[in-house]
Amino acid sequence: MSSPAHGRQRPLTAVAMSGGLDSSVTAWLLAEKGEACIGLSMLLWDHSGEATHGRCCGALDLGDAQRVARQAGIPHYTLRMDEEFRSHVVDPFVNDYLAGRTPSPCVNCNTWLKFDLLLERARALGADSVATGHYARILEGPDGLELHTALDPDKDQSYYLFELTANQLAAARFPLGEMTKGQVRTLAREVGLVVAEKAESMEVCFVSGSIQEFVEGQVADHPDRFGSLPTTAPAEAVRTDGQALGPSSSPYFRYTVGQRRGVGIGGGEKLYVIGVQPEANQVTLGSQDELLAPGLLGERLHWIGQPPTADPEHGGVRLTVKIRSHHPGVAATVDKAGEESGEGLVAVRFDEPQRGIAPGQAAVFYRGTRVLGGCWIRSAL
Amino acid sequence: MPLSVTSHKVDSVAMNALYFDNNATTPLDRRVAEAMRPWMWEEHGNPASIHQFGRAAREAVEVARTAVARLIGAAAPEIVFNSSGTEAMNAVFWSVGSIAEFKGHVIFSAFEHPAAQASADRLESFGMEVTRIPPGNDGVVPAEAVIAALRPDTKLVSLMLANNELGTLQPVSKVAATCRPLGVPVLTDAVQAVGKVAVDVEQLGVDFLILGGHKFHGPVGSAALWIRKGTPFESWMIGGSQERHRRSGTLNVPAIVGLGRAAELALEELPHRIRQLGAIRDRFEAGLSRIPDARIHCRDAPRLPHTSHIAFLGAEGESLTIRLDLAGYAVSTGAACSSGVVEPSRTLLAIGLSAAEALASIRVSFGITNHEEEVDPFLAVLSESVAALRAVAPLASTSTSAVD
Repeated sequence: MSSPAHGRQRPLTAVAMSGGLDSSVTAWLLAEKGEACIGLSMLLWDHSGEATHGRCCGALDLGDAQRVARQAGIPHYTLRMDEEFRSHVVDPFVNDYLAGRTPSPCVNCNTWLKFDLLLERARALGADSVATGHYARILEGPDGLELHTALDPDKDQSYYLFELTANQLAAARFPLGEMTKGQVRTLAREVGLVVAEKAESMEVCFVSGSIQEFVEGQVADHPDRFGSLPTTAPAEAVRTDGQALGPSSSPYFRYTVGQRRGVGIGGGEKLYVIGVQPEANQVTLGSQDELLAPGLLGERLHWIGQPPTADPEHGGVRLTVKIRSHHPGVAATVDKAGEESGEGLVAVRFDEPQRGIAPGQAAVFYRGTRVLGGCWIRSAL
Repeated sequence: MPLSVTSHKVDSVAMNALYFDNNATTPLDRRVAEAMRPWMWEEHGNPASIHQFGRAAREAVEVARTAVARLIGAAAPEIVFNSSGTEAMNAVFWSVGSIAEFKGHVIFSAFEHPAAQASADRLESFGMEVTRIPPGNDGVVPAEAVIAALRPDTKLVSLMLANNELGTLQPVSKVAATCRPLGVPVLTDAVQAVGKVAVDVEQLGVDFLILGGHKFHGPVGSAALWIRKGTPFESWMIGGSQERHRRSGTLNVPAIVGLGRAAELALEELPHRIRQLGAIRDRFEAGLSRIPDARIHCRDAPRLPHTSHIAFLGAEGESLTIRLDLAGYAVSTGAACSSGVVEPSRTLLAIGLSAAEALASIRVSFGITNHEEEVDPFLAVLSESVAALRAVAPLASTSTSAVD
């Protein structure tokens, strides 16, 4: 009568299951190999009242995760983590907008939530690793485990994982890293997973309408956490040389760097948002070329393994940096920035000027396919 | 996307698993299923119809009504069939409120089922005054506190017969003995008690009693509200005037037949069941002394024979529940609400436990399909799981689970 898992010595893997295609195939693959697995879903955000099917973390998706787990023959549990998600992902997202930055919530969610909190929960359940449906690879290098891009360059998600530590890598598994999205979907169809035809999830999974309305709605609904909206007046638009262009159409927090449409300043010239100044409720506009910057100032520097050695010829570490998730990458030199290096401040100097350095986004460092680490963009240089 | 269940494999933990979560629901008794079967297959009449199909269905319903009435010492016409304890709870609160034109006062215990809590909140929002009486640290609501809260305009007192989480029995008859002469109706939610202990409406002296079939091996979706003869009642569910105008809607004959058969079996077998459940639970609780720092909540209070609620300080209850599930044992973290409570159980806080103790608690509720020999292997796994959890983790947050 006794317990199949009782006395089990086999390592147990917890698969993080969102109910989407990728994590579903991940669970199926590991179960199919005969590994001991459990599926864990995180209840992150209350979408009640929204039509949420096909969006990350909605109740219906958790139902899909459950059904896939049944198909794969593994036990599945839903863990409630909405408080943690709110405090570590959603609130910083809102605060970033209010501070005139362009947030990158998926980095926080992927590293902190999945490989910190969920890993801790998984260990309490007796699991020693967390598998996810990320398109990225973990390879054994000469000095230990290394994070690498996925073989499918179109789907590579290594950008979102740059804040992982070596210890987290040792407990992480990305079974899809060697596969293409097409192969994953084909496999799901072949084995008949109920999510085989499901669409891709969106980038900001907890926002269903416009981001700006979401941000304003959160502030309005939760004055205890956000106070009141700093202003409702339209931001003053200025050129980079200080020339006043008059009021724009919206308050500053509705603008992000690199944005072109919706500024409400007429005239023949195409104007882009070059900078957002919350204190002055001001937005700086300029031509596309004025978006170009020779580098960026980064904070909260993180190296996954040992920090790479500087190249004396260039005065810093040579590597390739991606300044947003779909950026192709540019060769650059990374060096500590002044005396503030104690806070992890770094200057990243590009070999070629880049457009749209958005404060709040991550700058992720690569060497070949390997992810070395990264930092968070404080400003353009 | 296919809508059918396309299970390719059996969940690897489902095999040989033992079910110790009988307060959540109980397995359907095979004899009950057999009684229901013709009513899902060969027979199909509407009990309201004149013809022979209708007559046959009507007779089956009335046989069931008699069986349910006998189980609680009531008269058959006083039984109103419905779909769930939650429905019955809504019905009583609604009736009392609407007859009082939503004026006046109601009393209920602070650890009633969520259906009562939400109903009381609703009456409050409609303008009635509500007094919530907290349980003592022994898991029992003091009858004196309920009685002291009575007012000339009190329209209802609601006190559950047994608490779903702790299993503690409540002084319903004592409260009712004071309320009846004053003309204050008393409702008791007996969902967890019926089929586990002897229940008699006359002995209790209440005016409304609620029972649910799936807590004593009847089908889910079968329940009954007992309304003492002569008690004013106004139905919130109106329509075809079934159940003597007290619950409209075509009768669910298979469920009612199942409820009736389950009631019949519970009455016949009750002394045996109480002995069996008590023996299993006592052996389990005796064995808990081998696990360091295991605290049985409300151990000295009058309790249902099959429920144990235990804290293992330093071992997070939800993780423990999952570990036990992986090892093939189904228990519960208590009764969290499906709409989501991140907080520790209100019931546990109400009896004076700290949040840490509450979050480190699990509920084990044995059933008649369990055997004494299952206890010792379970204790071994439990002991091992508690030790493993105490070794790893600080308390993590709770998750959702379904309400009982």
